[in-house]
Amino acid sequence: MHTISTLTSDQPEEPGAVPSGRLPASRSFRRAFDDLRAGVAARELWSHLGWQDIKQRYRRSVLGPLWITISMAVTAFALGLLYSQLFQADIATFLPYITVGLITWHFLIGCLQEGSNAFIENEDMIKHLPAPLTVYALRTVWRLMIMFVHNLIVYAVILAIFFPALAQPGYTIIEEGGIPQPGLNVTALMAFPAFGALALNGLWVVLLLGITSTRFRDVPQVIAAISSLLFFMTPIVWSIDILAAKFPETGGGWRQYLYEFNPVYHFLEIIRAPMIGNVQSLHHWFVVGGFTVVGWLLTIVVMRNYRSRVSYWV
Amino acid sequence: MVSIDVRNAYVDFPIFDAKTRSLKKKVLGKVGGKIGTESKVPIIEALQDITMSIREGDRVGLVGHNGSGKSTLLRLLSGIYEPTRGSSRIVGRVAPVFDLGIGMDNEISGYENIMIRGLYLGMTRKQMQKRVDDIAEFTELGNYLQMPLRAYSTGMRVRLALGVVTSINPEILLLDEGIGAVDSAFMNKARNRLVDLVKRSGALVFASHQDELLLELCTSAVWLDEGHVRQQGSLREVLTAYKGKDPYESIGAEAAKRLGIRSSTPVGSGYTS
Repeated sequence: MHTISTLTSDQPEEPGAVPSGRLPASRSFRRAFDDLRAGVAARELWSHLGWQDIKQRYRRSVLGPLWITISMAVTAFALGLLYSQLFQADIATFLPYITVGLITWHFLIGCLQEGSNAFIENEDMIKHLPAPLTVYALRTVWRLMIMFVHNLIVYAVILAIFFPALAQPGYTIIEEGGIPQPGLNVTALMAFPAFGALALNGLWVVLLLGITSTRFRDVPQVIAAISSLLFFMTPIVWSIDILAAKFPETGGGWRQYLYEFNPVYHFLEIIRAPMIGNVQSLHHWFVVGGFTVVGWLLTIVVMRNYRSRVSYWV
Repeated sequence: MVSIDVRNAYVDFPIFDAKTRSLKKKVLGKVGGKIGTESKVPIIEALQDITMSIREGDRVGLVGHNGSGKSTLLRLLSGIYEPTRGSSRIVGRVAPVFDLGIGMDNEISGYENIMIRGLYLGMTRKQMQKRVDDIAEFTELGNYLQMPLRAYSTGMRVRLALGVVTSINPEILLLDEGIGAVDSAFMNKARNRLVDLVKRSGALVFASHQDELLLELCTSAVWLDEGHVRQQGSLREVLTAYKGKDPYESIGAEAAKRLGIRSSTPVGSGYTS
């Protein structure tokens, strides 16, 4: 049996019309989509790895992953207590506000920070096993989603305690001059599509940042450097009506650009508003929708051009 | 049908953290691929102009000295590296067995490691659960499988890894050398499993320095030299050219018996099928 045959290398290669069939190029949209499809299909692998990461982080500790919940509860309670007093807000409404803000913030910043390391930290795997890149991205997003769900326990407890205050139509977050909120009602269900949007965006962010960071190792550093700045600029421990109440005649004026130009704010707001019965504004959804479309398009192009380079770069 | 086609493929590694100047001095070094210096980032041309095709039933041995590109070629064939120039197509599920330690997690139990390794090799959780007992028996690790991997000795780790990789049903099996480091009694057992695994697989590419294993597992061979294919052909031809002597002359009596040949076998028999 003739085992190894040399392909027709003496024939001049004519574009498009090589008799033995042109081999697919590495840089094609088809390969990029194949990677995504195969990655999603390997659900058992990435879900197992994501869960493994969580167990790993808390191994040999008695409470295990429950520490995620506990640390979130402590942080949210302490910050809620402090800032509600600083801003003269009712703790019954301000504590839930801060809690949901923090929980979501952890997911969002996780996509940025852990996303930029998604491929770097899987270097060994990428160099030894041919798996779609999407598997590592999904592993990261899945891990963050598990953390998010653990943190939701804190939300559930707080909701149980402060439900009467939150369900009250017309409640305000701050006592003086706060925007009247509609209160918790059936529109809270919007939190589910919102979380879907967050996860969908998380995936492209992880893919895009992951690929960029393998080539430019400064990217994770940049993200680490700006993450605390981003935290304070985003309305998490403060709320936009505090800013507006300081300038009652203009309703904040130019100061609203401080948060309106911050994409994190919009991602945060689509899920926080329904969860605590705040005013839900459609413009957040437009911004998020825009980011989803542009982000995925950009990611697909980057995947097409640089997906195959990642194993060389890590 | 499984197949791998590689045409005029180059694998160029960019070396980002090396100073161009200092690398330039090493360009003349004999070991390793050619180092190109045209661009700002120094590039190592690990593989140059590789054209080969592997079909169902092929058993290909890879030979060449250290740094000749054997491991890189295996990674190219597995799809881990896609050619920087040229093209490649892989049809079928590839099971690469390059480094037995890869994908092993020190902190989780042997059982868990079996699971993860299996999932990485494209098995499902259910398929792996069926194989766990078989692997446990083969590795002779017994209750140790419940222990975290960090309690294992090096040999035990190799047993575990070998147990997993030899339990799968690969379509295309890519084996790198270095499947050693186990005691010889176990190696005999492992060898049989390895041979079974190769028989099950649709196609095999095996990089090794051990003539006996090559003769046992492969029928044809590729000789890599400084990143390009120096010779392709039947295993005996290539090995003779590579070693400068007929490999059948120097194999041990025991190995010869296993291969079912006499050391005076004429060229053309004993290794074709």
